[in-house]
Amino acid sequence: MSLRATARIVADAGGGLPLLESDGPLAVRRTRATGPYTRVTVVGAMSAPLGGDRLAIETEVRDGARLLVDSAAATLALPGRGGAPAAYDIRLTVGDRAALRWLPEQLVSARGSDLRMRTTVELAATARLVLREEQILGRHGEETGTLITRLTVRRAGRPLLDQELAYGPGAPGGWDGGAVLSGHRAVGQLLVVDPEFEAKPVASRPLAENAVLTPLSGPAGLVTAVAADALQLRRVLDEALGVLAPA
Amino acid sequence: MITAPTIPPATAGPARTEAAPAPGPAPRAAAGGRAALLVLADGRFPAGGHAHSGGAEAAVKAGRITDATSLAAFCRGRLHTSGLTAAGLAAAAALGLDPYALDEAADARTPSPVLRTVARKLGRQMMRAARAAWPCPELDALAAAFPRGAHQPVVLGAAARAAGLGPEDAAHCVAYETVGGPATAVVRLLGLDPFQATAVLARLAPEMDRVAEVAATAARQGLDALPAASAPLLDITAEQHAAWPVRLFAS
Repeated sequence: MSLRATARIVADAGGGLPLLESDGPLAVRRTRATGPYTRVTVVGAMSAPLGGDRLAIETEVRDGARLLVDSAAATLALPGRGGAPAAYDIRLTVGDRAALRWLPEQLVSARGSDLRMRTTVELAATARLVLREEQILGRHGEETGTLITRLTVRRAGRPLLDQELAYGPGAPGGWDGGAVLSGHRAVGQLLVVDPEFEAKPVASRPLAENAVLTPLSGPAGLVTAVAADALQLRRVLDEALGVLAPA
Repeated sequence: MITAPTIPPATAGPARTEAAPAPGPAPRAAAGGRAALLVLADGRFPAGGHAHSGGAEAAVKAGRITDATSLAAFCRGRLHTSGLTAAGLAAAAALGLDPYALDEAADARTPSPVLRTVARKLGRQMMRAARAAWPCPELDALAAAFPRGAHQPVVLGAAARAAGLGPEDAAHCVAYETVGGPATAVVRLLGLDPFQATAVLARLAPEMDRVAEVAATAARQGLDALPAASAPLLDITAEQHAAWPVRLFAS
């Protein structure tokens, strides 16, 4: 049986969470913060989504608020009984002078699974964002499922970043060839948007053998990385996070 | 497998009236048709594409392209990622969608500053050739609006429009050059038999047709439906390649 669930998080400038709503397997909890950010941890999505499920997390960071969202464990996409793809939608809105650190654990595509993940971010002109995405293609030694992810970020109503990645047996051909992955099984992005980059843009530089930091056409830096496995990928992204946007 | 449905992009945000195709028929500076398409798609069309390997030079050096089989996998991956995305932009420009919005959409789909610079440089060169081939006020206006060059697929789409061609034609041009560039480059880089390189292209032809069709269909649905398929290694290696002290190709 497939399920539909939408969790909702709203953070305000006073450090409060006027809305914190879990739904089905998506449990969201306020957890102990170590810095100025109000912290919410997604604790429940461990074994979801299964094929056919439609999960969503909606997060609103109101003007002046600072929110950190992380997760207790990796999200594992598993096959469902019906063969229908699962959908996971992340919708993030960040207001003026507000800041969101969206740092979930990895998304793991298990053999036979089929997940369409869509992350949509609307940033106000003075909003700040740190967003990490990691796709792990197959559990250890396992073939990957089908994983199609789209990341669309708009800032002040204009497009800042729009990327779709498609891997696995249901993806168009050539995804594992020399132009796209070439055998790598861990892919990650770290996006940092900060109005301060307007005056002082991020400089392009290599971070590892297969990772680069690049300035986008707006005030933002993007790390694009592929690696052999989740551990190596995280090492690269953590290093970049420490330089670009230390907590 | 090329039938995977793509995730439609976000529809959030204000309605974009500029996304609507301009009314009326495309300006026809010449009798548009198959011959005009051949002129535009010809590798000898003086738009500067021959100086670029489409990421193949970096892939050869990294040992990711070593023969016809790995060339085919490279080309297929490029076709379905940056090729599809560029084809969508070109088809949209051929339909007359707002070039400013398309150029912005191209920027958002090109995280590598090296590739953004290459796209604008090639756009500028394409514009010079297109204005000589199919002079018209629409191309003049686009050239004036982007003195540093608009993204190449946007200019190619506008050139196709000026030639009386349609969105499928523009998308076909992009799809073909997406794989033709690397294939030609690999003949030089690896000394690959040109017959084998041509065979790679011929075998990809049905997928090129399909990519062009998907791109044109998306373009007809407007700006928010345009593909955004991307290839991590192409973005990563483009930055690395630009830092090489000596290279045969500009990108």
